[in-house]
Amino acid sequence: MSKSANTLKERKQMNSNTVLLLITIALFVVLYAAGCVAYGSKGFTNLQTFLNILRSNAGLICVACGMTCVMLTGGIDISVGSLVAMDCMLLAYGMSNWHLSAPVMCLLVLAIGLVFGLVQGFCVGYLEIQPFIVSMAGMFFARGMTAVISTDQLSITADVNQTFYDWSSFRIYLPFGGVPNRKGVVIMPYFGSGVVIALVVLVVIFLMLRYTKFGRSLYAVGGSAQSAAMMGLNVKKTQLKAYVLCSVLTSIGGICYCMNTMSASVSQATGLEMQAIASSVIGGTLLTGGVGNVIGTLFGVLINGTISAIVQTNGKLASSWPNILTAALLCFFIVLQSIFALLKERKK
Amino acid sequence: MEDNVVLTMRGICMTFPGVKALDNVDFTLRKGEIHALMGENGAGKSTLIKCLTGINDFEAGEIHVDGVEGKVKNHSTLDAQNVGISTVYQEVNLCPNLSVAENLFIGREPMTPFHTIDRRTMIRKADELTKRLDIRVDVTQNLENYSLAIQQMIAIARAVDTNCKVLILDEPTSSLDDSEVEKLFRMMTSLKEQGVGIIFVTHFLEQVYAVCDRITVLRNGTLVGEYPIADLPRVKLVAAMMGKDFDDLADIRPEGFTSHADAEMVIDAKGLSHKGTIKPFDIELHRGEVIGLTGLLGSGRSELARAIYGADKAQTGTLKVKGKEVKINHPIDAIHLGMGMLPDDRKAEGIIGDLSVRENIILALQARMGMFKQMSRAKQEEIADEYIKVLQIKTASRETPISQLSGGNQQKAILGRWLATDPDFLILDEPTRGIDIGTKTEIQKLIIQLAGEGKSVMFISSEIEEMLRTCNRMAVLRDGAKVGELDGELTQERVMSAIAGGAKE
Repeated sequence: MSKSANTLKERKQMNSNTVLLLITIALFVVLYAAGCVAYGSKGFTNLQTFLNILRSNAGLICVACGMTCVMLTGGIDISVGSLVAMDCMLLAYGMSNWHLSAPVMCLLVLAIGLVFGLVQGFCVGYLEIQPFIVSMAGMFFARGMTAVISTDQLSITADVNQTFYDWSSFRIYLPFGGVPNRKGVVIMPYFGSGVVIALVVLVVIFLMLRYTKFGRSLYAVGGSAQSAAMMGLNVKKTQLKAYVLCSVLTSIGGICYCMNTMSASVSQATGLEMQAIASSVIGGTLLTGGVGNVIGTLFGVLINGTISAIVQTNGKLASSWPNILTAALLCFFIVLQSIFALLKERKK
Repeated sequence: MEDNVVLTMRGICMTFPGVKALDNVDFTLRKGEIHALMGENGAGKSTLIKCLTGINDFEAGEIHVDGVEGKVKNHSTLDAQNVGISTVYQEVNLCPNLSVAENLFIGREPMTPFHTIDRRTMIRKADELTKRLDIRVDVTQNLENYSLAIQQMIAIARAVDTNCKVLILDEPTSSLDDSEVEKLFRMMTSLKEQGVGIIFVTHFLEQVYAVCDRITVLRNGTLVGEYPIADLPRVKLVAAMMGKDFDDLADIRPEGFTSHADAEMVIDAKGLSHKGTIKPFDIELHRGEVIGLTGLLGSGRSELARAIYGADKAQTGTLKVKGKEVKINHPIDAIHLGMGMLPDDRKAEGIIGDLSVRENIILALQARMGMFKQMSRAKQEEIADEYIKVLQIKTASRETPISQLSGGNQQKAILGRWLATDPDFLILDEPTRGIDIGTKTEIQKLIIQLAGEGKSVMFISSEIEEMLRTCNRMAVLRDGAKVGELDGELTQERVMSAIAGGAKE
């Protein structure tokens, strides 16, 4: 018995999706290494550079995890960027004008995310409307509501809300990897609460996707909704839940995003939805659904972050370069996915 | 209920708007038997299955399942599963992106005390299940890594693992090759020995005689009969499926059985094939000849024609058109060579509903001229008018959207489309299906007339009578292969026994 199991294991060929994930990870490593070689003198090799990429993308990680869940069902949610902007605006406005406490505002933001997701999920799952159209409506609505709340540029300072300010400036120092600054004082590398939240979200979603009925239903629905229904899964409910999850994760991401920027404006987080989609795709999630996981998505976000960090560190490159590089990467990964799919077909 | 009967259906009636789909149909399935459900298109096989599995609601009649008190009326496939009726369809209804184990257990996964999926137990159980059914797979691999046959078997494994007494296999073999079918049959036999009652729906006669114990035949929504396999030789089965109702059309066949063997060879195909649809075949067609393709539904009639026309690119063999060897990759190549094809599904492949009759008629001609040589409006109107007149298309005007025409007139308009290109070789796939008898006769006359003008026609029809009237020669197909040709005196008996195969004339 154990022998046959062994031979089975030996025969086991590597899954093409695993290969794609490995390529993504390898690409991140190469990119980062390239950054280290080119800009080592500018501090790129410091652990802090990596942690800064995580810090500034903590919100995006949460949002992209939600996006991945929706994309697994074969759907899409382009409202997430606007929802983040609305969350930030609500947080800033609520704390400065209504003088509500930070926990209350955060709960409010999460509740709004829940309702937002319920409406979108209902439209997609039960009314069978195209997810692109539904979430486009959601995108315009959320962006519009942001402006309704306030068109001002708001910032959250310690005077506005001490608690939120404390959360934002909360730092966890690593016990190693310190680098002396100009004055010779050794600064230990640190990360903030946003990173903690993002990593918790990542782990929870990873486990959820792998070990719960709901998680596996997402894959089944994305693989073939008709088959999933035939096998007795509730497709509509699964879709509804996916959009609720995405909007709630987006709201959590919005809070992280707000803690990072400590400000709010109408034009904030424009294009964040596309970054989230790009990260998922680069991380191996198929737009057609059924394939992908959040580990890939994390590396998708990190690759994006690394490109931005390289361009920033260089200082001379135009700020449009990250877009062009992301476009190139997207093409690369989509072509790769297609080739793998074609190879698979041919093998049959 | 007699012993060892697992399922009885009595007096099932079901009406679709305007059509009586099932009329008082009975069906009995016994424990440990493989029972073929046979019938041509529209006979009511799928409807009967759907009534059983809860997809359709039947109006009258009752269903009893062994071990279930009272009448059974299912409202969903899940209901059906709960009383022990599982179905496996032609298309595998599993998720290719999940592992074999997950496909076997999704929706009913073993759980750990923490309400998470117990993957280890799931894999162990899946391993046991596949071993028990002798399916050799690594259950942790994704389903898409396995062949269709294996996927089909895994679908069956899932079905039988949910306490299944009645297993319905709805054309499970259509997309499998011979060796895969063999594997599936072994599995069916072993399930039968375990006492499962299997309903086997298929078009393939060979397969019925290879595994089945009993046959129930339906025709036009009514029960023809239930027969033990030994009592129903092939010819009788074909006769039972097709019926022997002769429609009383005038004999329009003008000439005797003239041979065209001396005429110019228009089509000469050698060893053409398309993987999965039609096995290599040879076919010759002379000028002025009408050749009929006959066989049961799914025997490869349309597929043969599609392979010649380039609708399914032929993967092997050579094709000579008027003596010149040609390569047809796409239908447009065929059009340039003077071919035309009237597809059998005119809704999906033929008419363009929103365009007018005129636009539909000139479509193929315009396509042959190319996109940039626009035909003048006057010319278009002239051509349209001509064919509306010649074919007697009943339309309010030539600018009426074609979707407003009756089926028969739509068919005539598409025929007009191909005639406008003045083809040397015309493929007509079921040109008379679903149209009234009068129009049928007109189309049959037209085919003979076209042949008289020196065109060659390949004519596909399910109605043997109509083929007998129009064809000079008939090619017989069975189970995706051309198995023979008939010429000389064509009679219904000869054709039927050729379709059935394996029987002496």
